[in-house]
Amino acid sequence: MAFDSLQEFLAMGGHAPYVWAAWCMTAALMLGSLIHARVERRSLLRDLKRRERRAMSEMPRKEVNDA
Amino acid sequence: MWAFIHKLGSPKWFYDISERLQPWFWAAAAMLILVGSVWGLAFAPADYQQGNSFRIIYVHVPAAFLAQSIFVGMALAAVVFMVWKIKVADMAAAVMAPLGAAMTFIALFSGAVWGLPTWGTWWMWDARLTSMLILLFLYFGVIALRGAFASRDSGSRAASVLAMVGVVNIPIIKYSVDWWYTLHQPASFTITSRPSMPAEMWWPLLLMVLGFYSFFIALTLMRTRSEILRRESNKRWVRDLAREEG
Amino acid sequence: MQATESMRAIEPKGGLGVAIAATVRRDLILMLRRRSEVLNPLVFFALVITLFPLGISPDPELLASIAPGLLWVAALLATLLSLDSLFRADFDDGCLEQLLLAPQPLPAMVLAKVAVHWLLTGLPLALMAPVLGLMLALPAGSYLMLALSLALGSASLSLIGAIGAALTVGLSRGGVLLSLLVLPLYIPVLIFGAGAVQAAILGDGGAAHLAILGALLATALMLAPWAIAAALRISING
Repeated sequence: MAFDSLQEFLAMGGHAPYVWAAWCMTAALMLGSLIHARVERRSLLRDLKRRERRAMSEMPRKEVNDA
Repeated sequence: MWAFIHKLGSPKWFYDISERLQPWFWAAAAMLILVGSVWGLAFAPADYQQGNSFRIIYVHVPAAFLAQSIFVGMALAAVVFMVWKIKVADMAAAVMAPLGAAMTFIALFSGAVWGLPTWGTWWMWDARLTSMLILLFLYFGVIALRGAFASRDSGSRAASVLAMVGVVNIPIIKYSVDWWYTLHQPASFTITSRPSMPAEMWWPLLLMVLGFYSFFIALTLMRTRSEILRRESNKRWVRDLAREEG
Repeated sequence: MQATESMRAIEPKGGLGVAIAATVRRDLILMLRRRSEVLNPLVFFALVITLFPLGISPDPELLASIAPGLLWVAALLATLLSLDSLFRADFDDGCLEQLLLAPQPLPAMVLAKVAVHWLLTGLPLALMAPVLGLMLALPAGSYLMLALSLALGSASLSLIGAIGAALTVGLSRGGVLLSLLVLPLYIPVLIFGAGAVQAAILGDGGAAHLAILGALLATALMLAPWAIAAALRISING
C-alpha cells in the first residue's frame, strides 16, 4: 500500500486534480461507450420486434385480400 | 481453411459464435481493469521523480496502445472486406472507428493532463502527443468519409480504402514526427520513456493493457452484433430471432 | 466484359503509351484553356504569404526565421485548394467513366492525370516560391533548396491528394472532407520539406532531406495510383 489513509489516497500527494481528471475521463468514456452499445442493442431489438409484430398482424389480412 | 473463412463471413454464424465468446471477454476486461486499477492507484509505489502523477500512466499507455492497435485492426478488417467481400469485417471496421477515436482522445487528454505537473504546461509538442493528435484526425477522416456517402456500400468501400491508406502512412507519420521532435527539442524527456521500471510498477500496467484490449474485443463483438441486426434486419433468421424473443 | 474484349482487339500498337500520351495532352490542353484554375493556387499562395507579415510583424529577422515553414505550409494549402478540381470536371461530364471503361490499366492513366496536375500546380508553385521567399527575407543560399524541395515534395502532395480527391469526387460537398482526409497524410512531406530548407539555411546542405523526400515520392508512386484507381471505381460505380 502506497498510502496511509483514504485522505492521502484521494490527495495523491498533491497531484489529485491531474490523476483523478485523467482517470475519470477514461472511466467516463469507457462506461459511456458501454452504455451506448447497450442502448443501441436494446433499441434495435425493440424495433425489430415491433416490425415483426406488425408484419404478423398484417399477414392474415393480406391472405384474405389475396384470396 | 476456406470453409472456415466463409463460415466466419456469414453474419448468422458470427452472431452465434460471438454470443458465446462475449461473456468471457467482458469478464476478463472487468477483472483485469479492476485489479489493475486498484493495484496501480493504491499499491504501486510513487515515482521518485514525478510522484503520484505518474499513476496517469495506467490509463495513458493502454489507451495509446489501443488507439494504434484499433487503427491497424480496422485496416485489417478493411482488407478482409475488400478482398473477400466479407460483410461482417466491414461491420466490425465500422464499429471500431468511434472506439478508436475515443481511445485516442483518452490518450491525448491524459497526456495533456499529465503534462501539467511534468512540463508545467497543458500542451507540449511532444512527439508522442503530436502523433496521437494526427491519429485522431485520421480517425475523424475515416468516420466522416463513411458517413458522407448516400449508399452504405460506397461508404464502406471508401472508408476501407482510406483505412488502408492511413495504416500505410501511420509508421511514416510516426517516424517523421519523432525525427522532427528530436530536431527541435533535443534535451527534454518524454513522459513515458524511462530506463527501467520496477516490477511493482509495470505489473499493473500490463494488467491494464490486457484489460483494455479485452474491453475493446468485447465491445467490438457486442456492437458488431448490433450492426448485423441493423443491416440484416430483412433476413429470415433475424426476423425469426425477433419473433422468438418477442 | 464483351465490350472490353472487343476494344482490346482494336487497341493500337503500343496502346498504353499512346493512351497515356493522349491523356496527358488532353488534360494539358483542357487545363490551359481554363487558365483561372491554373492561376488560382498561385495567386492564393502569394496572397497567403502577403498575409503573414501583416499578421505577425514586418521584422525581417523574425520573418526569416519562420519563412521556410510559412512557405511550405502556404504551398501545401495552395495544392490542397487545387485538388478538388482534379477529377471534378471529368466526373461531371462523364469522361471519368470512359477512363474506367478503357482497356488500359486505370492506375497508369490516373498517374498521367496526376502528372499533369503536378506540372501545372506543384511545379509553378516551386518556381514561384523563391520570389516569395525574397519577400520574407529568406536567408541567401536556401533559395535553390526551397525550389527543389517544393518541386520534389509537391509531387508526393499531388499523389496523396489525388487519393482524397478520388474518394470525394462523387460527393456534392466534398471540399471540407477532402482537407480532413488529406492534410494528416501531408505531414511527413511538410516535415521533411520545411526541414530541407531549414537545413540549407543552417548550412548543412539538405541532401539528406531531399533523399527522404525522394523516398516518400517513390513510395507514393508505388502505392498511390492503385489507391486512386480503387477510389475512383468506388466513387463512380456508386
